[in-house]
Amino acid sequence: MSTLDPAAVFRQEAQELLEQLEQALLDLEHAPDDDDLINSAFRALHTVKGSGAMFGFDAVAAFTHHVETAFDLVRKGKVAPSRALIAVGLAAKDHMRRLIEAPDLAEAADGDAILQSLKQIVGGPSASAAASTAAAETTPENAPEAASPEGTSTWRIRFRLARDAMAMGTNPLLLLDELRGLGVATVVARTEGVPALEEMAATECHLAWDVVLTTSQPRTAIEEVFMFVIDDMELSIDALGMAGEGRRIGEILVDRGDVAQQAVDAAVAAQMPLGTLLVKSGEVSPDTLAAALAEQQHVRTGLGAGASPSALPGSGQGGTKGTAKGADSIRVPAERLDELMDRVGELVIVQSRLSQVAASSNDVEVKAIAEEIERLAHELRDTTMGVRTVPIGSLFGRFRRLVHDLANELGKRIELVTVGEETELDKTVIERLNDPLIHLIRNAIDHGLEAPEGRAAAGKPAAGRITLTACHAGAEVMVSISDDGRGLDRARIQSRAEDQGLVPPGAKLSDAELFQLIFEPGFSTAKEVTSLSGRGVGMDVVKRAIEGLRGKIDIASTPGEGTRLTLRLPLTLAIIDGLLVRVGTGRYALPLSAVEECVELSAEEDARSRGRSFLNIRGDLVPFLRLRELFQVTEPPDRYQKAVIVSFGGRRVGLVVDQVIGNHQTVIKSLSKLHADVETFAGATILGDGAVALILDIANLVKLGMAYENRFKAAS
Amino acid sequence: MTAWKSGAPLEVLTLGLQGEVFALEAAQVREILDLIPVTGVPNSQPFVGGLINVRGKVVPLADLRLKFGMDLQPPTIDTRIVVTEVMIDGDPVIVGIRADKVYEITQVAASALEETPRIGMRWRPEYIRCIAKRGAEFIVVLDLERIFSRGDARDDAAGQTQRSAA
Repeated sequence: MSTLDPAAVFRQEAQELLEQLEQALLDLEHAPDDDDLINSAFRALHTVKGSGAMFGFDAVAAFTHHVETAFDLVRKGKVAPSRALIAVGLAAKDHMRRLIEAPDLAEAADGDAILQSLKQIVGGPSASAAASTAAAETTPENAPEAASPEGTSTWRIRFRLARDAMAMGTNPLLLLDELRGLGVATVVARTEGVPALEEMAATECHLAWDVVLTTSQPRTAIEEVFMFVIDDMELSIDALGMAGEGRRIGEILVDRGDVAQQAVDAAVAAQMPLGTLLVKSGEVSPDTLAAALAEQQHVRTGLGAGASPSALPGSGQGGTKGTAKGADSIRVPAERLDELMDRVGELVIVQSRLSQVAASSNDVEVKAIAEEIERLAHELRDTTMGVRTVPIGSLFGRFRRLVHDLANELGKRIELVTVGEETELDKTVIERLNDPLIHLIRNAIDHGLEAPEGRAAAGKPAAGRITLTACHAGAEVMVSISDDGRGLDRARIQSRAEDQGLVPPGAKLSDAELFQLIFEPGFSTAKEVTSLSGRGVGMDVVKRAIEGLRGKIDIASTPGEGTRLTLRLPLTLAIIDGLLVRVGTGRYALPLSAVEECVELSAEEDARSRGRSFLNIRGDLVPFLRLRELFQVTEPPDRYQKAVIVSFGGRRVGLVVDQVIGNHQTVIKSLSKLHADVETFAGATILGDGAVALILDIANLVKLGMAYENRFKAAS
Repeated sequence: MTAWKSGAPLEVLTLGLQGEVFALEAAQVREILDLIPVTGVPNSQPFVGGLINVRGKVVPLADLRLKFGMDLQPPTIDTRIVVTEVMIDGDPVIVGIRADKVYEITQVAASALEETPRIGMRWRPEYIRCIAKRGAEFIVVLDLERIFSRGDARDDAAGQTQRSAA
């Protein structure tokens, strides 16, 4: 990991933060009063600034500082998050991105213009504050009386986290570590809030902490430690004067507000060790006393040792934050995950070989081990696949900006609704979905949704609605984009298809067949070309991209009510559950997700169906293909051939094979360039006995079968 | 441009196809395997009609005999698979090559290497890197990149007509 370029790490981190910022800003548009959103935006800005300065992106840090200052005013409620402010905020975010990714191309003038408008929005006094330099971190709160001659000061920090803080992902230990990082800290946990064991909820945070901290950092540095949790917690930060040296415990307790002056006086009158007495009389709890004693100790030793600012660790706040984050998650280059997946794939292959050997052995012990290894290998496979998956929400999030901008550009009001953001999908799949989805969303907005007048005429709400949905369906993930626009124009698609010679004139096509035509290269029904769409490039590219992911696209459309495009994608690109079949002597795997059922094709039925290749499946006629003929197998067929019914794009087709062997964990290996022209196969896999088996490409196989059948019909 | 023109000796692997001796540049050879089970790829070009499992990797198996219009004889105890790494249209691809027999790895001095003569060859000159003279016999050093390049990855009916024309 040491080879990682820190600047690259920053760029990556900043990208995520800027996305967070953008999300927050866009959400604010709808919920201007939501403090969480304002805080989220502010935190993102703050972190970009901090890490930017640390990694030498000074221009970014300086620019961000001004934006942060403006949002600080918003956070404090001095400025309302108006639409104008959000617009400037988005522009600022774009500028920050340019500054980070291509600093040479970023125009300083752009940045100045953004800051200028920001200034106008947030108003005069803050603008002058914004003009101060980025580096100036000192604030008036840094109480001067707290500063000791050496430049260090001692603070008493008492805090109690919200009960659900740990459930929300806060780790108190990290907070404490961060405080320790700021200087010399004495930490005492206070346990008086911990309930009796039977009432205690283990996931809740019952502890409170008293920390006495001697640091050269200003008060704001301490506040920053709690920045991410400050909303729900009890926190007090008090400066301890140097008078604290040699103070008596009674004074400390009173000063901390733990006990009333009268109680101390009474205790002093009793002439016993004060602390013991107060505990005894129930005035203070043992923890409270311990905390006060610790404070006394801290101040004494801290000053006695002459803690100098140079001896204090953690003068770089960014550094401590970095470590705090590091414990929660680690960044791993995607290639390493790919390598891991490859290894797991090989392991699965070897494991299925072991299972095969074990199955033919009589050794019970070997069988047991093989079963154990099978279980472990499958768990490892699932875990590894889990590591590679990310929620699709990260992808959906990017489209909100797109929709926002397009709506402005086209003068349409558009509402983007996303459902199922938590649905997880292989990272590679998600990345490769980006461009096709952008295209489909643009299409939906440009072609699908009517102009405002059109919508009013149709009695629809003024704001068009684009819905992005993701959900799991078996081994597939369905991602759909639907709009409530005008729907596809059947007649126009048909006439355009006839003009282009894609279908014979007057052909009767089902909806599904007709709509698939829009994926033909060069097909466009748009009357005029806009900057967004209408050139007829695109849908075929979308289709190819989705097919490249071994996915499919279904279209459903109701005139006047809208269109829904559904992408059906495999969960992962690397390993699938397959069904192994035999045709002649060759073994082939097909994706189990495509298989609906297996039926027997008896010799009589086989003979009877020659010439008209249809099977009767519970009353439905299903065409079938003889793989023996497609693959030019010369060996005599098995007496009882089987037909595997697969579904493809809503159509069912039977594939006649000699034998159905069974389920097989199929690790997909792509075919080399030398076999790029063989369309029948989607890849190859290695079987338990080490032999190679080809994976059938259902989509292309059906196409090939249709062509073959048409030739057959023409010949007979 | 090529090693043999720069004067350095060329290291080659010699192999037999249908009684003829051919050579591959040793630098392209990764390993030599005994004949292992081959999975046929229906509807592919017969010249690259098979797949083999080379330690967990699926590798295409090429039969050069089809490229050179030779008769196909059943495998013998001497049949081997030479696993090579060839640049195909700019990308390295692992390809297995079926050989009736593998002889040896040998060095050929630059002085013993000759340009492919344009005429008088039984094989298409484009597929040949150079001719190595060893004693009284000539060894044809194959140009695998040309043989596998996309434009040429057909079976060579065309090659034979050209040959008969020449």
